[in-house]
Amino acid sequence: MATSEATSSAVRTAPLLDRLKGQAPALVVILIALLPIALMDLSTWLVLTLAGLAMGMMIFIMASGLTLVFGLMDVLNFGHGAFISFGAFLATAVMLPLTPWMEADSVWLNLAALLPAIAVAMAMAGALGYVFERVLIMPVYGNHLKQILITMGGLIIAEQLIVVLWGPDEIPLIRPLTFQGSFTLGDVTFEKYRLIAVIIGLLVFAVLSLILSRTKIGLLIRAGVENGEMVEALGYRIRRLFIGVFIAGSALAGLGGVMWALYEEVVTANMGMQVMVLVFIVIIIGGLGSVTGCFVGAVLVGLVANYAGFLAPKVALVSNIALMVIVLMWRPQGLFPVAKR
Amino acid sequence: MSDPLVRNSAPMASTVPAADILLDLDDVHTHIEQYHILQGVSFQVPRGQFTMLLGRNGAGKTTTLRSVMGLWKVSQGRITFDGADIGGAATPDIACRGIAYVPEDMSIFSDLTVKENMVLAARQGEMDDTRLNWIFDLFPALKKFWSLEAGALSGGQKQMLAIARAIIEPRELLLIDEPTKGLAPAIVGAMIEAFQELKQAQTSVLLVEQNFQFARTLGDSVAVMDDGRVVHAGSMAELAENVELQQQLLGLSLDAHQ
Repeated sequence: MATSEATSSAVRTAPLLDRLKGQAPALVVILIALLPIALMDLSTWLVLTLAGLAMGMMIFIMASGLTLVFGLMDVLNFGHGAFISFGAFLATAVMLPLTPWMEADSVWLNLAALLPAIAVAMAMAGALGYVFERVLIMPVYGNHLKQILITMGGLIIAEQLIVVLWGPDEIPLIRPLTFQGSFTLGDVTFEKYRLIAVIIGLLVFAVLSLILSRTKIGLLIRAGVENGEMVEALGYRIRRLFIGVFIAGSALAGLGGVMWALYEEVVTANMGMQVMVLVFIVIIIGGLGSVTGCFVGAVLVGLVANYAGFLAPKVALVSNIALMVIVLMWRPQGLFPVAKR
Repeated sequence: MSDPLVRNSAPMASTVPAADILLDLDDVHTHIEQYHILQGVSFQVPRGQFTMLLGRNGAGKTTTLRSVMGLWKVSQGRITFDGADIGGAATPDIACRGIAYVPEDMSIFSDLTVKENMVLAARQGEMDDTRLNWIFDLFPALKKFWSLEAGALSGGQKQMLAIARAIIEPRELLLIDEPTKGLAPAIVGAMIEAFQELKQAQTSVLLVEQNFQFARTLGDSVAVMDDGRVVHAGSMAELAENVELQQQLLGLSLDAHQ
């Protein structure tokens, strides 16, 4: 193929220093992860790092769709928390009747209860996302104030709907037996569920990265985040793309809701609204519209919350807000700003 | 018309057979918010020719291209492309009819590589190798920086990419907005050579330009705009020969670029 001939002779030229500059945010994350070693013993650091990464991965899963929705269509969706709550409650509705399977000493029975719960949560959260976009967001394209008001209203209605359907009390939830407890590596004890959360988060990030970099849909999403008008001028319908991203983002929020509920071992109607604070911090730190930024921001938030919680519990209450302030003073557009027209 | 500047206001209607008219704007009005920008634009773009759209800053040239592309909604009048009314059509539909657009700011996707920009522009699937090599011959820099992020290209290279994106697949009509703006003379020279190749390939182009020398070199026909209207339309050769008419129509902008 002549295309490959053409590409084979292509030259990628970027000075080493410039490339390092581009990686500065990732280097900062590594630095922040390594610095606390000086203030604690290694086993504590390892446990806290895993806890921070697990928390970060769950927030990343919840936030990744929202950052793309903002980047692609400039839509401020404060109702994203509704998909998190609904995902958690729908999964709970599937898992509770299957409690014997959840408690069975068999990984297959555990998965037989968990996987359908996740599938239902993601499918229904995606469907809810579609309805949310068509009914609430479509009429307010281009008007940020109305978007904030109507999506906040949507979130409140969704929460009240959960109260009507499942009652006002929090519902305790048990993790599948396989994911309960901990395992020991050397003299360090790690919680199993946190490791699983990290693995799932990394998988979601890898899949999203592959889609965004290797598929035409992914290229369209990245191009649309940068300049939607030009994507339309090339002959693509950005509205359809946006609806697809909105549904996928809602489904991911549903998955994040399930993971968060299993992490907290309880579901409450306002859990989505509570987590949204962290979700917004993450997408602002990461750079609105950037999935990589969202990932790095989530890791930062998770690590800082856990290190601060151990080293200075009082500071932990404001650690993420302080982190956001510092990052924005350093990079006002976030760690990985998307070039927007 | 009462406007003293208007000359030969609809010459192509009489000189170009209807079948050879690719794009026809008839009394097009466009409002942007409360501003009445296009106030009855009428001209035609013949098939297989380079039509130059000239005029001072703020005359409405860019708005005309954006209105054709559906990026501004036409409030009155008719835009016909290849016999079909595209006045109220959505931008993607207009693009799919075979119109490619190169905006003034080039609008390349900075975070995507040169290759990824081209992949997106190739709407029908895989890029055609022969055509790609032809583009590489026109713009060798694109081959050199094929895997580089487009945001790292120079201004001239970005312009080359923007034009390459428009021609990666055969299009019926190219709308190109000020391709020489801010470019060094050497790059403008390369651009002229590239456009001359397109011209030889009988590509239909509507090109907005303020550089009259550039326009004169390439143009077959010309429409001159002022204050939201076409005040002259005709052959480029006629305008190029008539210095008085040039000064009357283009005034200071002509002097500035000569």
